Amino acid sequence: MYSVSKLADFSPAALDSAARELKSALEDEAAAVSGEGEWKALRDRWMARKNGILTQLNDQWLKAAPAPAKRDVGQRVNELKKLVEEHIDSASARISTSGTASRLEQERVDVTLPGTRRKIGIEHPLVRTMNEIIAVFKAMGYSVAEGPEVETDYYNFESLNFPPNHPARDTQDTLIISGQQGKPLRERLLLRTHTSPVQIRTMEKQPPPVRVVVPGRVHRADTADATHSPIFHQVEGLAVDSNITFCDLKGTLDQAAKAMFGSSVRTRFYPSFFPFTEPSADMQISCFKCGGSGRLDGAKCGMCKASGWIEILGSGMVDPNVYGFVGYDAKKYSGFAFGMGVERIAILKYGIDDIQLFYQGDVRFLEQFA
Amino acid sequence: MRISPNWLREFVDITVEDSRLAEDLTHAGIAVESIVGSGEKTIFEMEITTNRVDAMNHYGVARECSAIYDINLKPITPKLAQGNTQQFPVEIREPELCGRYTARAIRDIRIEKSPRYIAERLLIEDHHAINNVADATNYTLMELGHPTHAFDLDRLEGGKIVVRRAKAGEKLKTLDGVQRELTPDDLVIAAAARPVGLAGIMGGYDTMITADTHNVLIESAWFDPATVRRTARRLGMHTDASHRFERGADWAATTLACDRVAELVLATGGGKLAEYQDCIARNPTHGPIQFDSGEVRRILGLDIPDSEVSRILRRLGFGLERKGRSTSSPPSSSAEVYKVEIPTWRTDVEREIDLIEEVARIHGFNNFANTLPSFSGAVVEQPHERPQQKLRARLLALGYDEAISPTFISNSDSQRFSSAQAIALENPLSDETPLMRNSLLPGMLDMIACNFNRGTSDIRLFELGNVFDGTTQEVNQHRHACFSATGLLDVFSVMQTPRSSDFFDVKGDAENLLALFAIESVDFVAPASNYFHPGRSAKISVGRNVVGELGQLHPDIAAERKFKQDVWLAWLDLDRLYSVPLREPRYERLSRYPSIERDFSLLLDAGMSYERLRQAIAALGIPELRSIEAHELFRGGAVPEGKYSLLLRLTFQSWERTLRDDDVAGWSQQVIAAVNSLGGSLRV
Ligand SMILES: [Zn+2]
Repeated sequence: MYSVSKLADFSPAALDSAARELKSALEDEAAAVSGEGEWKALRDRWMARKNGILTQLNDQWLKAAPAPAKRDVGQRVNELKKLVEEHIDSASARISTSGTASRLEQERVDVTLPGTRRKIGIEHPLVRTMNEIIAVFKAMGYSVAEGPEVETDYYNFESLNFPPNHPARDTQDTLIISGQQGKPLRERLLLRTHTSPVQIRTMEKQPPPVRVVVPGRVHRADTADATHSPIFHQVEGLAVDSNITFCDLKGTLDQAAKAMFGSSVRTRFYPSFFPFTEPSADMQISCFKCGGSGRLDGAKCGMCKASGWIEILGSGMVDPNVYGFVGYDAKKYSGFAFGMGVERIAILKYGIDDIQLFYQGDVRFLEQFA
Repeated sequence: MRISPNWLREFVDITVEDSRLAEDLTHAGIAVESIVGSGEKTIFEMEITTNRVDAMNHYGVARECSAIYDINLKPITPKLAQGNTQQFPVEIREPELCGRYTARAIRDIRIEKSPRYIAERLLIEDHHAINNVADATNYTLMELGHPTHAFDLDRLEGGKIVVRRAKAGEKLKTLDGVQRELTPDDLVIAAAARPVGLAGIMGGYDTMITADTHNVLIESAWFDPATVRRTARRLGMHTDASHRFERGADWAATTLACDRVAELVLATGGGKLAEYQDCIARNPTHGPIQFDSGEVRRILGLDIPDSEVSRILRRLGFGLERKGRSTSSPPSSSAEVYKVEIPTWRTDVEREIDLIEEVARIHGFNNFANTLPSFSGAVVEQPHERPQQKLRARLLALGYDEAISPTFISNSDSQRFSSAQAIALENPLSDETPLMRNSLLPGMLDMIACNFNRGTSDIRLFELGNVFDGTTQEVNQHRHACFSATGLLDVFSVMQTPRSSDFFDVKGDAENLLALFAIESVDFVAPASNYFHPGRSAKISVGRNVVGELGQLHPDIAAERKFKQDVWLAWLDLDRLYSVPLREPRYERLSRYPSIERDFSLLLDAGMSYERLRQAIAALGIPELRSIEAHELFRGGAVPEGKYSLLLRLTFQSWERTLRDDDVAGWSQQVIAAVNSLGGSLRV
């Protein structure tokens, strides 16, 4: 049972230690109270005017303290007094039965006030979209591969079957690293204009079978406006093995589209042109807004411009010339590649009207994706 | 490019309606972007891929229709009376650059307005009728795709055409009235000593057809694509002619196009055929290729009968000759090997795979099944994938919003925020930001500024991205992370007054991130780089490596950027961090015995760092010492000048037994002695 001990000295350390001892005893005793009788005993033991612990404190600490320490000791005794009162009160509140209703009433909170919300970080819509795409292909057995954002002309163009001076290079206005003029064309450094160089880097590193999905940042010399950005992100894919066919390309991308946009989505393919695939195919999905009807609430659907279809990605069977660059036997292996713009998909999915919003870190924009 | 379906129907008997025709063409790769007008005035807006220059005209599209619908394509056969048999002198000095030059003179013609049907068709491409000769060349281009040009024959001095390289500094005023300065890379058509045309791009101004023209020379040639492209690009010119020559014109079509123009000119302007020349310097067309129809099955995955394969190819103008059974396909297969003659207009077809594509697109991509490949091999994870996922998840959990900033930064930012040599662009998008970022901080500060400008002041952002440095020879790419907090710590509550972020919030977040990795110890060493507040920043060291820095943005930089509140920043070198393995959870037996806490109220010199104190106590090597915690810190008041007071809480616990008071008393004496040795004391 706690009792107030005389203090050997009145140093802060001694006072600290004695106060700690008292506090700990008080907490234990208050917590042990379980009925009205026990509570009264507790109250009397600590607060009785005659020989209660508080009275003892007054006598044994404050009155006994030498003059220089009086002020410090007095302050501490006052604090402890407050502490004792609080504990006695809260013990009373805890055990009180007759007072329950009114006490609970006092403790009532306005449950319609907003909850205390800890700030939770928000994923960037592009990264979120990119991760969703990657997850779809990972589930289909694709590994993630990445490559450098600064590439050589060889990886960005030549090995992807863009010959020097070919008009197909015009479609990809390229940002070039300074000081490349003296080098042979294929060694010149540039900012990759697509993630396709990673196809080459992957095949150089390993024999078939290959199944990779390649997320990454790419650049083109485009003037920034609401629909263009010199920086954007792509997800590329490549599958090469024996016996991979155009039907497999269609089936894989159809399944991926259903996983990404909903199982009711239909796909269709039509011929396109990319130097590194042949045949090349663009894939459209049935509009997920109007269900492919082209009409929404009696008006033309804005999402698909009333066509019922939305273009989502480019794809094709890997061109045999590409196999030549990486030393694969084109007579033995076949495969397909595909690529999609992450910005485009995020814009379509969320109805974003200005591509620049992706790169400004505007919290008001980001918060919409919480 | 635009196509009139009505015009197409002159060459093929199409039975479907225009809208269906547009759809069918699109599905065969001849994309109709939109349909304008109706009835006979219907126009298709086309989007022809760069490889299909042969389909950039009506006859070429009609040929596609003939394959799609399996119907006959009517030939174009200009009917010309016998001309005189005199040869027009043409000399090709650059056979590599000009493979063929066909020329035909027509004399005594009248320059007039074209008949209405020609003028109307020219309007399809928004070409306004000029005169019957110029219009005939434009009409022929739209009809069969081969660019031609007409000279006023009387203005061709010397009466002879020479195809040669331009001389350095030579000048030519082109049809558009612009004086062009030429180089020896350019190919010109010259008469006497003067160039009269920029080969494959545009004719000369001085030799153009005028109202006074009586005699014309029609040029129909084949020029090297790369040469035309180079000159057109250098001079910033893009014409209907260059567009086609750059992509590869039909070498064999020069005579047909020449005759067709002549036929139209004679029909509208009278006159009579005169001298003629078909000068062939070289033939750039491809020879036949071998085609194994078994490859159609292997690549496309669908068993298209050989009869269908050969029907499609023949309709497109290919010639097929059976050579025998396929040896690469299984014996049960009916696949055959063919020798295939490539039509001269299909400059894009050189290989077997090109023929397979032809078959696939005419057969219709959507007539192929959707199947899934069977795969061998497993999913392989890259080494940085898991740490990156964990780091990102933790940043999000710590309440930072993910952001993406642009790649390009200014000269001054590149020098201020990194000592690494930034990479410059040859053709930057803007003169203000000519460099690739060598730090994520400039982008972060721009994003913070963007938020301030829009009235948002409580911001927590992070970015994971690459930074670049090196030389023009070698560019290095490094993974970095950057996070920043400014304004109030966002605990949205009506019950508490929020407080602003401070150094220890950002440091705590950094510690939480570093705790993901199996790092023995992390040192925070002041100060960090000079863009930080010198008294409120630290380098983050792991072993001998600095893996990042954190602290308050230097007030001078904040002031320059007109920031009115403290901005806390941190960056991490993730390549270095990811070289450390992730921390794996490790189980430790829990003690069954109670722990004992002891508080020490210490008085320390202002210069004494907490870390030194902690290390001194840890160095005592007391196995039962479970934790050292700094609890409260005071300065001023009763604490003397030059000192500070620290309440230190030590926790002792044993796995073997319940600790006795005298155990703890003994250790406490050791602790106090260690404090004393650092010049500190127990507060009395
Ligand atoms: Zn729609």
